[in-house]
Amino acid sequence: MKHLEITALGLALSITALAAASGLPQSQSDDAAQSKTNSKLVRSAHPAAPDQGQRVFQQNCARCHSAPEGFPPSASAAVARHMRVRANLSDSDFKALLHFLNP
Amino acid sequence: MKTDRKNTVAISSRWLKAVCACAIVFAIGSARSAVGQDPAIISGGVGFLTTTNGGNTNYLPYAKPVAALPLGDHVLIETRATILANFFHRPGDGYDNSVFKTMDYLQADVKTGPHATIVAGEFLTPFGTYNERLTQIWNQTFQDLPLIYGIGTMNTGSSLGGMVRGNAFANQHATLTYAAYYSGNSTSGYFGAERSSGGQAQIYLPESGLEVGASYGRSLGSTHENFEGMHLWWEPIDTGFRFRSEFGRAPHAKGYWFETDYRMQQFGGADSALGRLEPLFRMQQTFRDAPDNNDGLPFVNTKRADLGLDYHLPHEIRIHTSYGRQFAPGGNVNIWETSLVYRLLIPTWKSKR
Repeated sequence: MKHLEITALGLALSITALAAASGLPQSQSDDAAQSKTNSKLVRSAHPAAPDQGQRVFQQNCARCHSAPEGFPPSASAAVARHMRVRANLSDSDFKALLHFLNP
Repeated sequence: MKTDRKNTVAISSRWLKAVCACAIVFAIGSARSAVGQDPAIISGGVGFLTTTNGGNTNYLPYAKPVAALPLGDHVLIETRATILANFFHRPGDGYDNSVFKTMDYLQADVKTGPHATIVAGEFLTPFGTYNERLTQIWNQTFQDLPLIYGIGTMNTGSSLGGMVRGNAFANQHATLTYAAYYSGNSTSGYFGAERSSGGQAQIYLPESGLEVGASYGRSLGSTHENFEGMHLWWEPIDTGFRFRSEFGRAPHAKGYWFETDYRMQQFGGADSALGRLEPLFRMQQTFRDAPDNNDGLPFVNTKRADLGLDYHLPHEIRIHTSYGRQFAPGGNVNIWETSLVYRLLIPTWKSKR
């Protein structure tokens, strides 16, 4: 049992270390590459997304799931309203998200 | 006399279904005819899961469809169902199967102000994080529920009544959100719920990606019992790393789980061959103080560790595989899981907006 606990702790620490080593503390030189990755993550939603809407998406929706691929803009109202309730979004965040999903 | 009563119940049930169907058709018709009405969507996940637990394998075709219909600017009707078939081997008798269908939620969300939304109908019980956020199959990192899932979710995971929820304040540095609910008792097959009340509050710091919250639930059925929970999530923004954890306490048992995963998007981006990989790890433990058939936790102290690997294919398809080992006084078992999950999202008609 003790051996299992040590192994489990080791695995958790390994994954944490892997994440940390590969970019948790963002250096300035990583910023460009990171923003490229971010835009890739959400590129399938809409390419010309405003910053605030993208921030709302990443800080709320993306915590549980990634951006859907080929997101149909006509579905944005229902999706944003669902997230308003599920993530308890404020009015301004809801509007920013709606604009992000359907600019 | 009994036959009459049966007929009356059957007729009532048929009438209820007819009224529900008419109401849905009327709502959709009204929504469509309204100028510029936003379309409803059909979303959710479908998958094929296999689980081998202690040598016994189960095959589960699985679907969790979601529908959401906006009505005007302040109302959203949304619903989710679970439909699954379980194929399993019966020693000496080939394969057998059972089918399970239930309504997870069917709720009306009415926005009443900048800080409050009223939810009425059947909704997911707001306790901890797992029930509301991770029970959709394409949100889950591991395909089975944590051992402490039963704490605070009142056996069914759903409540039937009313809830008020929203954010108390929100700015770029911190968000404080809350939910409070009351549920009546329902023994209906599709809308099962227990008489209970409860709520939760959480604070989220977006710059550090840290969230801490507390939950409380009180069962108001034949036995009044309290449930408490705490959760901590750490998901640094712009990284593929996530750490999620929960602790729950019931009158006669308690336990915790934590899971961590890392989407390897730093290696060539999220769409690269390596960036689609996501190693996972989950540890959980339960402690039994006294026998209790109602809290849903194992009857004996139990430990479990799972190690998994997800691969995110294009077109919303994910392959999941994991190995776990569960330790309990009655015997240790290996648990192997694999699944193929597909996420769908389609609008039901073209928007005029």
